[in-house]
Amino acid sequence: MATLVLLETTTSNLRTSSLPAVSAARELAKHHGGPVIGVVIGASVGAAAADAARFVDKVLCYDNAALSAALAETWAPLLMSAVKETGATALVASATSVGKDVLPRAAALLGAGMASDVIAVLGAKAFRRPTYAGNVLTDVEVTTAVVVATARQTEFAPAAPAASAGPVENKPVGVVDALGSELMAVHATKSARPDLAEAKVVVSGGRGMKESANFKVLEELTDLLGGALGASRAACDAGMVPNDLQVGQTGKVVAPELYIAVALSGAIQHLAGMKSSKVIVAINKDPEAPIFQVADYGLVATWESSIPQLIAEIKKAKAA
Amino acid sequence: MKILVPCKRVPNPELKLKIGGGAVDLAGTTWQVNPFDEYAVEAALRLTEKSKGGERSGEVVVVSIGPKDTATQVRQLLAMGADRGILIAGDDAALDADLVARTLKAVIETEKPDLVVMGKQAVDGDDNQVGQLLAGYLGWPQATFLSSLVLAADGKSAMVEREVDSGVEQRRVRLPAVATVDLRIIGKKAVRNEALSGPDAEWEDTQRLASLKGIMAAKKKELKEIDALSLGISGGLLVKTVRHDSPPVRKAGIKVASVEELVSRLHTEAKVI
Repeated sequence: MATLVLLETTTSNLRTSSLPAVSAARELAKHHGGPVIGVVIGASVGAAAADAARFVDKVLCYDNAALSAALAETWAPLLMSAVKETGATALVASATSVGKDVLPRAAALLGAGMASDVIAVLGAKAFRRPTYAGNVLTDVEVTTAVVVATARQTEFAPAAPAASAGPVENKPVGVVDALGSELMAVHATKSARPDLAEAKVVVSGGRGMKESANFKVLEELTDLLGGALGASRAACDAGMVPNDLQVGQTGKVVAPELYIAVALSGAIQHLAGMKSSKVIVAINKDPEAPIFQVADYGLVATWESSIPQLIAEIKKAKAA
Repeated sequence: MKILVPCKRVPNPELKLKIGGGAVDLAGTTWQVNPFDEYAVEAALRLTEKSKGGERSGEVVVVSIGPKDTATQVRQLLAMGADRGILIAGDDAALDADLVARTLKAVIETEKPDLVVMGKQAVDGDDNQVGQLLAGYLGWPQATFLSSLVLAADGKSAMVEREVDSGVEQRRVRLPAVATVDLRIIGKKAVRNEALSGPDAEWEDTQRLASLKGIMAAKKKELKEIDALSLGISGGLLVKTVRHDSPPVRKAGIKVASVEELVSRLHTEAKVI
């Protein structure tokens, strides 16, 4: 039976944050049999649906002016009808803020069991997922005929385009009832840097950076490495950097090739968001800081004494 | 304004977990209110008061599902200032997000609150599902991951700010609704009720602690214990927990002596720069 995957888009493109969900859907489809069908919802998303079709066997497109905002109230019923119409036995999305908001509501409408933030597909209805801030890996089994899951982006490789694009089927939308919910504004953080969740290098600062202005030197290091800037909850709470830079159980989960933690102690909830990074570097003046327990390379030093030198040395290494 | 706040008790997240034989051993743990739910109670209290500790209007009802001694955590929330508590007998191992949401739905149908405010997730299961499921089952609007919640003076809608991947999103939501809160909801000006306080109203940048007076008052507040069966919720689990394991341990790394050594190792050994 078919596996459906919610594909988030701009008006012209598939969002790369949905590519891990396609991979998770492919893995599920091995157990469920049948095709992987993408679901694109939005306003004027025809071009985006065509772009998304490069990655899946088929796309169902719900295009309507009233669907421009990703409201769970309007999107979840469409996901439900897509599941019912196709007879799909699985529904997946990436664990983005949209996936986490919309999929449980779709599961409620379907009366289906849902596994959140899964890191592995173990069977048709079996998944592994982190619990207790990543201190435990829990295997769960969904018992309903239809299975709903969100996939942790860092644990599934982004899907590559298929040999040939699937067809796009435009679906009638019917009456859209947002139950009075209305998107008023989006205050997006503007940054020329790559997305935190997708960056190959992440440089994060902690409470020890003391104040906002001190992040300048971390930004310089970040840009030198072509990475994204992150922060601990303590640094965000102290107002040094915007909240959407927060890495951790309650912030973003990242798994870059290189994670550099600077003046950051490494609270459990922060480790939950970066432990899967390939190489972890910790720079902290406190030799007992818990961050050193997960670091591949630890340097006991203040950021003031080490970061400018680190920048200079990396420049030298790059020039060599 | 009547606000219902579902709360879960969780094992102290600072304690090291004992994991073995496919299970987490919680026998020796200490229990506490899920931090996000505690923030939800703080938010609900602010929605019923003019200023911190000032004149109040409205009711905050705390509801929890758990074994009998969960009453300790519910009493703590009553001591913080919640007006009434409901404790539904239940064992965590016999629950999943669906069963919790359907139980809460039954309570809501009796209590008929104007608003449900709860944590976005419990820090043990990390599901992040119950609020959304509950809204779905009730057919109510949902406002998840909130960093701000301002109730309109007419009590019929709220303006909310949500923390999303790309930044902050502002929405208007019609009441009754289910709201789930994120950490920033306890900011100084994050929450207020326009019927009670103006834009200058300000609270402390944290959740309130129970005062001695609050603790004494809590002893006299109503804490109703309900048998889960009396709510008429039936059906099996939609999601079964099969086993718990420790995550793979990262190989212990090395301490480098200097920045030069660090760069040299990152360059030649790890090959990441």
